[in-house]
Formats: sequence, C-alpha cells, structure tokens
Amino acid sequence: MEFKKGIKDSIPVGLGYFAVSFSLGIIAKNVGLSPIQGFLTSLFINASAGEYAVFLMISTHGTFIQMVIMTLVSNARYFLMSFALSQKIEEKTNLLHRMCIGFDLTDELFGLAINHEGKVNHKYIYGTYLVALPCWAFGTALGIMAGNSLPTKIVASLSVALYGMFLAIIIPQAKKDRVIGLLIIISFLLSYICKDVPISGGTRTILLTIIISMAAAIIKPRKKEENV
Amino acid sequence: MSNPMMYVATMAVVTYLIRVLPLTLFNKPITNIYVQSFLYYVPYVTLAVMTFPTILYETNSQLAGLAALIVGIMLAWKDKGLFQVSIACCLIVLTMEYII
Repeated sequence: MEFKKGIKDSIPVGLGYFAVSFSLGIIAKNVGLSPIQGFLTSLFINASAGEYAVFLMISTHGTFIQMVIMTLVSNARYFLMSFALSQKIEEKTNLLHRMCIGFDLTDELFGLAINHEGKVNHKYIYGTYLVALPCWAFGTALGIMAGNSLPTKIVASLSVALYGMFLAIIIPQAKKDRVIGLLIIISFLLSYICKDVPISGGTRTILLTIIISMAAAIIKPRKKEENV
Repeated sequence: MSNPMMYVATMAVVTYLIRVLPLTLFNKPITNIYVQSFLYYVPYVTLAVMTFPTILYETNSQLAGLAALIVGIMLAWKDKGLFQVSIACCLIVLTMEYII
C-alpha cells in the first residue's frame, strides 16, 4: 500500500528526472563518457548539480582534493535533508533501511517524504526510489546516445515538472500555516536577490536555507502541540 | 586522476556519506523546540529557494517559466496533486515555447 503510493507519487519526479538527466547526458557526452559510464554516474551519484560538477572536473582534469571539496559544496544540502528526514521516518526504522534510504536522498524525493502525512515508512520511500532511480540513470545514458537530437522545446517543458512538484508540496502547507507562506515569499525574494552572487547554486541553497530557517526558528518557534 | 570514473567514484562515496550519516546517527526524536522548529522550516525554505528564480531560467524564454510558476502556484493552492500540477506546468511551457 505505502509502496504503491510511493510509486504513484513519484511519477512526476520520474518524468522531470528523465528530462534533467537527459540534458546531463548531453554534457557527459561532451566530456567523453560512454552511455554505460553515464548510466553508472547517475545511478551512483543521484545529484544534478553534483554530476555537473563531476563532468566539469573531468574536463578540467581536477585533483582528488578538488573533487572532494566540489562534492562537499555542491551536495552539502543533503546533510541537512538527511538530518530533517531522520526526524520524519518512523523511529523503529532499522539501520539497514536507514542506509538504503540514504542512497537516493535527493531534493525531490526528500520533498515527497516530507510531504507524507505523519511519519513516513521506508516502503513509501522505496516506492519513490523504484521510479526515480531508473528514470535518472537511463535518462543520462539515452542523453549520451541521442546527443542533441531531441527538440530543446520538449526538454525545456519537461524540466519544469520538478518545480511544479516543489510548488505542489510547499503551497498547500502555506495555506495551513501563515508562517510557511511568509517564509516562501521571503525565500523567493532573497533567492532572487542573491542569484548573481558568485558562488555555486548548491552553496547558495544551503546558506539561504540555514539563514532563513534559523531566523524563523528563533523569531517564530513552533508551539509544543504543533509538532508532529 | 586519469580515469574519469575515478571522479565519479570519489563523488559517489563522499555524497553517500553526506546523505547517510545524519539518518543513521539521529534515531531519537529531538526535543529542543528551536532545533525542532528549524528542522520543520528547512524543507519548505529549501524547496522555495530552489524553485525561484531557477524556474525562469530552465525554459528558453523567461516568460514561459514565469507562466509555469503562476499556474503551478494557483493549482497547488487549490490542492491539486503533485502529478496534475507538474503536468500543467509542462503543458503551459510547451504551449508558450511554441507561441513565442
């Protein structure tokens, strides 16, 4: 039941993933990766900005240390998400399941898990992984094979599916909770103002998230009974 | 590093550690109200930050991205599901891209 719900909820994610990873495949082809290498890259990294950073490092012959730092910067936000998710999954979830859940903790799948009513069961999360992982990995492989033959208009329209999904997660909560509504507006504004700051998108996301959420927690801590 | 897959392996291992450490280390509920509030706000703030203004630059014309944003907010406000909101955003962009 929870497994099936996970599969159903993650279909828009799968579509969006396919589009984004397809466009990543085009970049991977340019740095000389084969479809199988691209498939493995996406299967084991599961991060759009991160993979982009890998391709950049391959093309510029970066060092091992540079690669590690680049990873920390582009993927540090998953640390926060993992922290938040540790409070959202069922307490009895065992170590093995926690280790599997960590494998594909992405922005979108984190969003789905957080959107789940009450505590979330590992079966729901696995349902979302079952759809997301193949879409992401095959998307990159096909992107490498197809190169630039798919019309950019189609790729562009598919790529907004992810943002539509984000909106479907945050906006209903804004209706229930005024503070969330205000935070979304503030986040949009600050994110827009900071868009040209010369740091990577991943770093910008994590800094803004920490600053805005911390300020909100201090100014507007939630009352005890509101917490699930 | 000479083999491109060495870069991939490096990122895969480091990223996995980032993702799995908090999940495996924190298996008790946090009771501090400020930490709780912070963790409650994080997902919404981070998704909002990632959505805007990026949505404007994903499409060939910023107007199409803006249309997707507005349609997405309107439908989400009416409690339409994830799938419906996403598809509506895609369709509006596809339509706009062919008109402009």
